Amino acid sequence: MLNDSILSLITFVPTAGAFVVAFLPRRGKVIQWFTLLVTLTTFVLTLHLPAHFNYGQTGFQFEQDRAWITSPNIRYHLGVDGISTWLVVLVGFLSILGVLASWNAISTRTKEFYFLFLIQQTAMLGVFVSLDMFLYYGFWELSLVPMAILIAMFGRNRGPQAAIKFFLYTFIPSALLLVALLWLYSKTGTFDFVETQKFLSQYGALLSPQALWWVSLAFLAAFAVKVPVFPLHGWLADVFSEAPTAMAMVVAGKLGLYSIIRFNLGLFPEQSRQIAPLMIALAAIGVLYGALVALVQDDMKRLIAFSTVGHLSLILLGIFCFTVVGLNGAVYHVINHEFSGAAFLILLGILYERYGTYEMSKYGGLAAKLPRMATLYIITTLSLIGLPILNGFVGEFLILSSSFGVHPGWAIAATVTVILNAGYMLLLIQKVFFGPESHLVASHPHSDIVAREGFALVPAAVLMLVLGVASPYWIRTIDTAVSRLAQNVAHVTSTLTTTIAEKR
Amino acid sequence: MNMQLARILPEVILTITGVIIMLAEPLLQKNSSRKPLGWFAVLGTLAALFASMWQLHLPDGTAYFGTVQTDAYSVFFHVLIAGIVLATLLVSLDSIDGSAESVGEFFALICFGAVGMMLMTSAVELLLVFIGLEISSISTYIMACFRRKSAKGPESAIKYFLLGSFATAFFLYGIALIFGATGTTAIAAIGRILTVGQTPLLAVVGLAMILIGIGFKVSAAPFQVWTPDVYEGAPSPVVGLMSTAPKAAAFAVLLRILYVAFPLLHYHWQPLVWWMAVLSMCVGNLGALRQQNVKRMLAYSSIANAGYLLAAFTALSQEGVAAASFYAVTYAAMNVGIFAVVSHAGGFGDRLTLVQDYRGLAYRSPLLGGAMAFFLISLIGIPFTGGFFGKFYVFAAALHSGMVWLTIIGLINSGIACYYYLRLLAAVYSKPVHTDLLDGIPRPTMPLLLALVLTVAATLILGIVPGQVLSLARAGANTLVPYVTTAMK
Repeated sequence: MLNDSILSLITFVPTAGAFVVAFLPRRGKVIQWFTLLVTLTTFVLTLHLPAHFNYGQTGFQFEQDRAWITSPNIRYHLGVDGISTWLVVLVGFLSILGVLASWNAISTRTKEFYFLFLIQQTAMLGVFVSLDMFLYYGFWELSLVPMAILIAMFGRNRGPQAAIKFFLYTFIPSALLLVALLWLYSKTGTFDFVETQKFLSQYGALLSPQALWWVSLAFLAAFAVKVPVFPLHGWLADVFSEAPTAMAMVVAGKLGLYSIIRFNLGLFPEQSRQIAPLMIALAAIGVLYGALVALVQDDMKRLIAFSTVGHLSLILLGIFCFTVVGLNGAVYHVINHEFSGAAFLILLGILYERYGTYEMSKYGGLAAKLPRMATLYIITTLSLIGLPILNGFVGEFLILSSSFGVHPGWAIAATVTVILNAGYMLLLIQKVFFGPESHLVASHPHSDIVAREGFALVPAAVLMLVLGVASPYWIRTIDTAVSRLAQNVAHVTSTLTTTIAEKR
Repeated sequence: MNMQLARILPEVILTITGVIIMLAEPLLQKNSSRKPLGWFAVLGTLAALFASMWQLHLPDGTAYFGTVQTDAYSVFFHVLIAGIVLATLLVSLDSIDGSAESVGEFFALICFGAVGMMLMTSAVELLLVFIGLEISSISTYIMACFRRKSAKGPESAIKYFLLGSFATAFFLYGIALIFGATGTTAIAAIGRILTVGQTPLLAVVGLAMILIGIGFKVSAAPFQVWTPDVYEGAPSPVVGLMSTAPKAAAFAVLLRILYVAFPLLHYHWQPLVWWMAVLSMCVGNLGALRQQNVKRMLAYSSIANAGYLLAAFTALSQEGVAAASFYAVTYAAMNVGIFAVVSHAGGFGDRLTLVQDYRGLAYRSPLLGGAMAFFLISLIGIPFTGGFFGKFYVFAAALHSGMVWLTIIGLINSGIACYYYLRLLAAVYSKPVHTDLLDGIPRPTMPLLLALVLTVAATLILGIVPGQVLSLARAGANTLVPYVTTAMK
């Protein structure tokens, strides 16, 4: 019974919470406590998914399929598979971290902040659980709005500009995505993902290959901007440095990468196959570029923005290798990176709350004063670098090892940057925490991690270790969906090569 | 009841309401509030609204020698116009200075204007269409001039009046030429006559003239030049009205003329409408990008929106007509809504004009700021708001008829458009600068709240459960489309 409606419940509990927030008094920490309660509830509900996940089943689970609008044929169809299950849980977990990170950082306009924050959760959850492409598009677009408003409202100094930049970058390609969706609908008569997939695999050959090619490109472009893939990353650094921590944590990565895996690989295996060389090249360039630019940043938020470009490009590399191992690694690394990246952003936020700047050169010698914070920083950094036994390593290893078999040249280039990653991250730690005590540090009273912050960060640190050691537990779930996907793409290749051979 | 009268019942009710208001006004004390008259107009409009809905129960048919027809299509637009007028009256009650003289006139003019627009949508006779057009235009000319004291007011009204009369002249000339070509002015009869034999050149020229006349009324490019100036000078509640209701009526007329009288000539008018749509979208959106004045920006946005609506015309299908009707409703809901906020924030005299004047509106009044943000989001076309479904149906219909390029141009335009809406949105949510301007905003009054609830609810319903309105739009479209399908054979 619960299995039918669990996804609706997960998706709309934050919305319901948002509307309660709108009527709460602005007194004390009432709104914060309530939002925390809502996010905890959501998280507990998301845990239902892995707990009742059926590993024997390859398709979608926890499905709910109702009529919504009869003409055009739009259904309220939700469901998750091995790829999205853990992403839903991840969103649930990060929302708790988001509330804790904003607890003191957001001191004015709290009602507006938490209202939009909760709407943002619904939008992101909706993207992962929608199986009707129209519904999916709805949540996809909806996810832009609270993000943009929050960046405009809470930006450090150039908030409105960053918000507009972000919105334009992501909205215009989404408009083309809508054209593509409408075109598909006019051919298939359905927005349902599963139906469309069936239709395209059976009758796809009857459609104009050129048109299909453009459609797949429109999908890819919309997702690539959101990831962001090099060279479409122009919005990321500005958004990272302006957005409040709780928003910067979730703005990049998972939505776009998930959509590429789900739609480009799922619906257009042949076209994905054809464009893979380009994407792999872009990914490898992105990995290098991100690391090199991060190396020269002084603003820590911008540094982490470019480091994010690098990590996301690495995931892209894993996706477009089309091997089971690579896809497993890619999905796993999405989870890991979101997770460690979020923890790092929270740590940066904590530092900013105490010292009021993100400039690395102003810091120095913090480790002696704030030992607990230094420890957490170092654990998170090592996880981002990809030290074995921590979570970052597993994803990186799977991606790089699988890409080596397919594209050795690019894989070597990408592997080199692992060293660069370690370089800039360790440089950051060294500058901020070690060396002589700087003027800024000396002139401020020091206070180490407090209980609330510890409540967010210690479980995160523990999970980094658990995710690093016990990875098979998660990969088992991911594998159920990914292996079929990889087969699909591989199948297309084999038929493609045979037809080419026949022609010859 | 008399069947003939029943077919024009809403118009009759509004005429009587307007006349009573005109007669009652001189009887009031010189300095007493004129607002009760406004509330009386609200009652009259409500009555007209219900009368229109009641008309659905009448059997389809014509009255007064086949000049007026009630069908699902006319009722659809009647209800829409009555809804817009209702919201406009409430907004005016909020922002107008009730004790000023001639305020009663203002309410009466809104009622008369509505009569003209309603007549346009139910007329099936070109001359009656023209009469409706004139009634509605003349009352909007006067309302546009209601801020006589300000420099911009009379300028904008004169511009509107001169160009508007010019356009109606084109329209009338078109009717004359068509009458010359076919010997009739009844819309259905024209369609029947044109199916047999050769198409006279005269009819084609007449159709072009009509397109020009209506193109002006709906501010479609290249006949859009007057729009920004007029919107800037006219009082905000009036702009909310004239950017939606007369346009909806003119679109309804154009759809009826094109689909019923000239389905055979579609290879003549389809490319014209295609170009008008593309031009309007591009001119509107590119023009809006550079505007600092909020009302001018919204004027360009209304040009662009006329373009989206015209895009649906080219589909030549029931889906297209339904999409156009649906779009008219969604655009009305969000545009009347945003002008409700602009009217209240700026007042009748436009205290807030520039985008930067709106900085911090959400801080001063979370309600107004939130409402404005909501309507802007709908204008951008974010899902779960009416604006999204409006665009969605329009472009779905266009794509279904194979207009791939039109769809791509349209959706790229909607991407461009989000920039200027966002600029306003970002201003509303950034930290205030001109606190003195914002402090002048009065507390929201009861009528404003009613108007906001009405428009927000409409926008949300259209965005989440559009099925009901869409099926009504389809039913309306059904009354026009048989003509197209028979002509296509």
